[in-house]
Amino acid sequence: MKVQRLRSTQILLLTILFLFPATGFGKLFKVSSGSISIQSAINVAHDGDTLFITAGKYLQHDIVVNKRITILGEPNAIIDAVSKYQGFLIQHDSVFIQGIQVSNTGRTAVTDMAGIKVINAKGVRIFNCKLINNSFGIYLQNSTACTVSNNLVQSTIANEINGGNGIHAWKSGNLLINNNVVSGHRDGIYFEFVTDSKILSNRSEHNLRYGLHFMFSNNDAYSKNVFQDNGAGVAVMYSNHVLMTDNIFTHNWGEAAYGLLLKDITDSKILHNRFIKNTVAIYMEGTTRVDVKRNLIEDNGWALRVQASCSGSNFNENNFLGNSFDVATNGTLMLNYFDRNFWDKYDGYDLNKDNIGDVPYYPVSMYSVVTEKIPPAMILYHSVFTNVLDEVEKVLPTLTPDKLKDDHPAMRKIAL
Amino acid sequence: MHMKTIVKYVLLDLIKNKTVAVYTIVLFILSFSVLGMSGNISKGILSLLNVTLLFVPLINLLFSTIYFFNSSEFIELLLAQPVKRKTMLLANYTGVATALTAAYVIGIGVPVMMLAFNPASLMLLLSGVFLTLVFSAIGLLIFVIFSDKTKGIGAAIVTALFFTLIFDGLLLAFIYSFSDYPIDKPVIGFISLNPIDLGRILVLLKLDVAVMMGYSGALFKKFLGSFIGIAYACTCLLIWVALPLIASVRIFRRKNL
Repeated sequence: MKVQRLRSTQILLLTILFLFPATGFGKLFKVSSGSISIQSAINVAHDGDTLFITAGKYLQHDIVVNKRITILGEPNAIIDAVSKYQGFLIQHDSVFIQGIQVSNTGRTAVTDMAGIKVINAKGVRIFNCKLINNSFGIYLQNSTACTVSNNLVQSTIANEINGGNGIHAWKSGNLLINNNVVSGHRDGIYFEFVTDSKILSNRSEHNLRYGLHFMFSNNDAYSKNVFQDNGAGVAVMYSNHVLMTDNIFTHNWGEAAYGLLLKDITDSKILHNRFIKNTVAIYMEGTTRVDVKRNLIEDNGWALRVQASCSGSNFNENNFLGNSFDVATNGTLMLNYFDRNFWDKYDGYDLNKDNIGDVPYYPVSMYSVVTEKIPPAMILYHSVFTNVLDEVEKVLPTLTPDKLKDDHPAMRKIAL
Repeated sequence: MHMKTIVKYVLLDLIKNKTVAVYTIVLFILSFSVLGMSGNISKGILSLLNVTLLFVPLINLLFSTIYFFNSSEFIELLLAQPVKRKTMLLANYTGVATALTAAYVIGIGVPVMMLAFNPASLMLLLSGVFLTLVFSAIGLLIFVIFSDKTKGIGAAIVTALFFTLIFDGLLLAFIYSFSDYPIDKPVIGFISLNPIDLGRILVLLKLDVAVMMGYSGALFKKFLGSFIGIAYACTCLLIWVALPLIASVRIFRRKNL
């Protein structure tokens, strides 16, 4: 009994100790638009102090945060970089910034101008900030264990060239990016050389290029995000051990748009996502050992485009509904395995009533083989001739890769 | 005797015709069930497009051919009257084409306007009407070329088959053999030679599946999706109506009945 009571006191003490440096023990500086500049307030502050920025417009820029301080903003505390400069440059560990709005950074080709830039720091937290009309929104450079939560990152760029990314991370690790809403940038979220990080419950939409762009980033996970109406969908390239679960990829619709584009990916998992109304739901090139399991793939132009350079991937227990083409491929060799998926176009039978079709399903249609070889043949899309071709090929497969088949197609939609 | 009078009699006869009535009702039920079943409007229109492309040419061509042959006695009787051969022939065509167009507009147009009114469905209606006009004109041409009804029906079947299937097969063979060359423009040219393809592409470009047509699709869209492109396609289709009619009148003028 006595031991336990001591423990709870200890916990209470520890909690107080942890909480107070941020708010209690340090000094509190109040900055309003009439008083001293934010930079000079930071200059006189010490580690553990708090800066409270009252509502108002601050025409200030390149604010260097080189101390372990907390910066809190009142609603409508707006830092305006007058389309020439950057907002905050955080260069110290464990800085906490919350509730600030940064607007109108400059746009140059020389430096990546960002609303909030974190440089060589650890444990920085950016919460509830608004980043409106900036080149780059939040920029993490060579930083570890940072958290970016509940931010709104918005811009309206006209073309890819003068626009930056919403949340940009480079050469970082152990990041947590969650609950942000990113729109109107070049890439919504961009990861390059970022490891062991998580991207959770974000919403990335109406970005010019990719909703999420992954390059050379290993051991990362992204879940429960929504990627909608992006110019080219989501791209995951040159990475391994990426876990993609419970995301929604929807309405990435256009000439060269993909729900999810995978290029040179190894040992990754795509589980329980929803792909709805994309031109191509999943495009795979040069992938090795990627598991695609229990996803819903509905109303897409192509459900899967698996190039012949992919190997060792498994496609199991996915639902394929209402796609114009189920699978397209550019070769006859197929080193990937399809098993126990539900295909709405399957018209086989199930004599022993075990809910598994007795004859294999061939998901590559004749016409999709033809158009993959000669794209101009797409002009015959939906003509009676090609419909007849497909039916004939179904009865007697000759041109379609015969190894690409699902030996155990589900008779009923799989409950996901 | 005026053209109007002949058109009136042909129309009165066709209203009593069971085939036209069945055709209308089948189209009507089909469109209602297709649009009702698929929750997605765009998909419903795609299915109706398939129906239009497969059935409209075949049925219109066969029906008009058979109808013209069946009324050859009526035509001979009319020619005993003081009426120009040209007027008489065109009046007959107008009657048949009006009835079949009405059947299409009621059968597909009404359900589509009620359940799925958008630019794509308007384009579907336009294409369907054009296909009706084109293939009943070809029916007339077959009637004036062949004196024998059986041969005429055979020719109608072959013609319908040619435009729905064989032409596209040949086009695919062409695309296949010349795929190394920039063939997008020639392909647009070839498409103009087949009214069914013209109608199909006009509708597809209004649907969001158009992006799936890829790079060449983008080219087609740039051309055929623009106002000039639509005008071009419609002009082509009008020529497709006019050419068989002009040919029929010319041949019929010299025909020994």
